[in-house]
Amino acid sequence: MSARVITITSGKGGVGKTTATANIGAALASLGQRVACIDADIGLRNLDVVMGLENRIVYDLVDAVEGRCRLKQAMIKDKHIPNLFLIPSAQTRDKTAVSPSDMIRLCNELRPDLDWIIIDSPAGIERGFKNAIAPADQIIVITNPEISAVRDADRIIGIVEAEEKGSPQLILNRLNPEMVKQNNMLSADDVVDLLAIHLLGIVPEDKAVLISTNQGTPIAMEDKNLAGKAYQNIARRLLGEEIPLLDLDKGIGFFNRISSVFGSGD
Amino acid sequence: MQAKEIEIKGIKNGILIEIKDGDWKDQEEALLDHIDQNQGFFKGAKLVLDVGSRALNSPFLSALRNSLSDRDIKLKAILSTSLVTERASQDLGLEIKMDESSPEPEKSPINSILDGEEAVFLRRTLRSGQKVEYHGHIVVLGDVNPGADLAAGGNIIVWGRLRGVVHAGAGGETEAVVCALDLSPTQLRIADKISVSPPRKGKTRPEIARLENGQVIAQDWFEYH
Repeated sequence: MSARVITITSGKGGVGKTTATANIGAALASLGQRVACIDADIGLRNLDVVMGLENRIVYDLVDAVEGRCRLKQAMIKDKHIPNLFLIPSAQTRDKTAVSPSDMIRLCNELRPDLDWIIIDSPAGIERGFKNAIAPADQIIVITNPEISAVRDADRIIGIVEAEEKGSPQLILNRLNPEMVKQNNMLSADDVVDLLAIHLLGIVPEDKAVLISTNQGTPIAMEDKNLAGKAYQNIARRLLGEEIPLLDLDKGIGFFNRISSVFGSGD
Repeated sequence: MQAKEIEIKGIKNGILIEIKDGDWKDQEEALLDHIDQNQGFFKGAKLVLDVGSRALNSPFLSALRNSLSDRDIKLKAILSTSLVTERASQDLGLEIKMDESSPEPEKSPINSILDGEEAVFLRRTLRSGQKVEYHGHIVVLGDVNPGADLAAGGNIIVWGRLRGVVHAGAGGETEAVVCALDLSPTQLRIADKISVSPPRKGKTRPEIARLENGQVIAQDWFEYH
């Protein structure tokens, strides 16, 4: 068995690459898959924080690449799921510490013992991004329903296609169905129309996602949360299951009902 | 006659004068004499002076420059194999190389060949950051996304949504047109005219944009046709 390498990228910063990496990793691992998440954002590491593993870091990606440790030593086991690992990036170095061929070598070394390798790409289209996509079998572009983010996603898709990495798949993050209804936000159709790639999933906007990333517990572990459910579905789709997109309107209706029961104002 | 020590050549942006070995004062005098005798030729000229290996420091050069500028000649550059001269020239703000570049290579205009019917056909989505330039026509079967850039000497036809920047008739061809199933470019140029799309109202229809009385106008294809 050889692991499949997926790189999550976006072009623009702050659209949810790291959150998606942590959640898809957790969701796949909770389905029994052996998963390693790699933080390729050298110099600005934060996947470890989102996964709640910051205090366990001894060695990092650059240590492994430069031979200061064995690769296994740089793999941190998750707190909740035993078959989920993190390879953190170095905080004190920069993108030039690693080359695309280092990344390919590293992934090839990991492949035999895993089912999935998920790489969290840095923002931008420079060295760090090239490092992140070099070993990828499949690229997932994540974007927000926001014109600047979609524009950058489009650029990234163009570059990925030019590198002959195949057509990437799309995750639309932080969609707010209410705002779409009021014509204040691009709809999923608008975005998919423009980008013209396969839609892997839509993750609704939800404060609980922010709370969970701050707490270092992926939202994908919570079945009752719609965003968590969306990540679980994305993981299942990656495993080849046919799962329809969540009906976000229904979800919102459900939450509205709850909030009206409790008289909550938000 | 002393003038035989002075060699004069026409160069691209002025006159190149080579000064042979010999006492600098004599040579300078000979040069100025020669200029005075041929005022009509030298007036307003830009001069490049090749002084060979002679070491000249700035007082000499600035004296010469003043004498030349009295005669309405601009001393542009000093060529020399001497470091002293080069440095002095630089101190005076003179160039130390002949301007080799051909007279201002105009940003090569795309040659239009409207009736040559040469075209490039693209069957894909043109994405942000992608640019296509072609001297003939450009035909796209697919979308042109915002941030993409097309420039054609001739016409541009987009069988899809046109949302990027397009320039038809980029070589100045005012008869060039832009057609698209959904004509909503970020910016549309025909020849030297630039326009932006007004916000769309209602359903999208195939449209053609062209120049009419020096204005870019867009028209429903079926009304135009």
